[in-house]
Amino acid sequence: MKAMRPPLSPVRESSPPDAPIHPFWLRVTHWLNAIAALIMMFSGWRIYDASPVFRGIVIPPSITLGGWLGGALQWHFAAMWLLVFNGIVYVALNVASGRFFSKFFPLSPRAVLRDLIAALSGKLAHADLRQYNAVQKLAYLAVIVDLIVLVLSGLAIWKSVQFPLLRELMGGYDNARVVHFCAMALMAAFVVVHVTMVALVPRSLVTMLRGR
Amino acid sequence: MKSNDKRIITVDRASVLADARRELDMPSRRLFGKRMLTLGGLALLTGCSITDDDSVNTLLTAVSRLNDRAQAWLFDPKRLAPTYTEAQLTRPFPFNAFYGIDDVPEVNGSDYRLKVSGLVTGQRVWTLPELYALPHEEQITRHICVEGWSAIGRWGGTPFAEFLRRVGADTTAKYVGFRCADDYYESIDMPTALHRQTLLTFEYDGQRLPAKYGYPMKLRMPTKLGYKNPKHIVEIFVTNTYPGGYWVDQGYNWFGGS
Repeated sequence: MKAMRPPLSPVRESSPPDAPIHPFWLRVTHWLNAIAALIMMFSGWRIYDASPVFRGIVIPPSITLGGWLGGALQWHFAAMWLLVFNGIVYVALNVASGRFFSKFFPLSPRAVLRDLIAALSGKLAHADLRQYNAVQKLAYLAVIVDLIVLVLSGLAIWKSVQFPLLRELMGGYDNARVVHFCAMALMAAFVVVHVTMVALVPRSLVTMLRGR
Repeated sequence: MKSNDKRIITVDRASVLADARRELDMPSRRLFGKRMLTLGGLALLTGCSITDDDSVNTLLTAVSRLNDRAQAWLFDPKRLAPTYTEAQLTRPFPFNAFYGIDDVPEVNGSDYRLKVSGLVTGQRVWTLPELYALPHEEQITRHICVEGWSAIGRWGGTPFAEFLRRVGADTTAKYVGFRCADDYYESIDMPTALHRQTLLTFEYDGQRLPAKYGYPMKLRMPTKLGYKNPKHIVEIFVTNTYPGGYWVDQGYNWFGGS
């Protein structure tokens, strides 16, 4: 068996040790994204309820945002600007600063499997918040891609005539709603796991607020 | 793997110590941070009533107006909505209105007159036979409801842009408004009114438009959501004053484009 890299391998960071774990721009975009994505989800549930894609799946109105369809649409189409522009700033700064590649790569399926087993058996440490383990890397990358899919399928629903290419990419108007819903479900699952992990490692919340 | 476990424990201990030391260093800062978090938690709890807040609603309405402009900018007058084949028709085409099917208005065709008003120079009163004599066109397009569902229908009538020119409408005006026999009212932007697929329809699926789909006429716009397509039209007016709409005045987005 090849020697595996332990989850706590030395940090490959070019930044000085006293630099914040999460730079200021990252914390700001993280929280703006959290606000926008949650508003989109809770208002989206109300919109979904007006004509459920899947018979039998109805979201209890009490946990939705907007009060009625018109209100929910207003929230949804207001928060979309924040989600999209904040997302563009996040991706641009992430790539431009080199953080994107240093934080998320290298990433291999084997590393994900190893860290997942370690995490599930309670052996994965979170001592160094400067470095993401392989499961974290995968989860964060997946949710970034998922948000992009949400925005694109949302655009295909909102402007199915103006964006024919996007509409066909999503398999037509009706199917774009299915894609939008499934991507939402994936995001909701991420939120649940993410918040649970933060509760298990409370220091990570402080880090995302203060930077250290 | 044993050695790894050991290492994890060592590093954990170190980080716990580091945490404790930091806490000792700045207790007041830490406390402040915690209180801020609690304030945030409280703010989240009040979220239940956030929709009733006037300032929030003012903001949301302002963004909705901004979205009108964004959609007008996105709207390509030459972009056509997809068309479908007879085999793809949704049968039965769903009835949808702000009232039940039993309350559909009954318009008497023989004494019906369409009124055309506002910024127009031509004929202001139209009978149904006069309207039926206008150039005829058919379309099979998808009706998309604001609720999310969609249905494909076959509509027949006269191109609206040509009708507007025929009545001498000022096509540089901002809005075309509609008043309907069921007390519905609606208004649209001029570029959409002049779109090639905007059709003043008198027929559904080759038959005279039934009452449930808007007899005697419905304005069919495959580039707009369902609620923007007025039925039972009795008056069409051209104006530069924003006329609003039945659902729009309650909070639906005015442009409502697709």
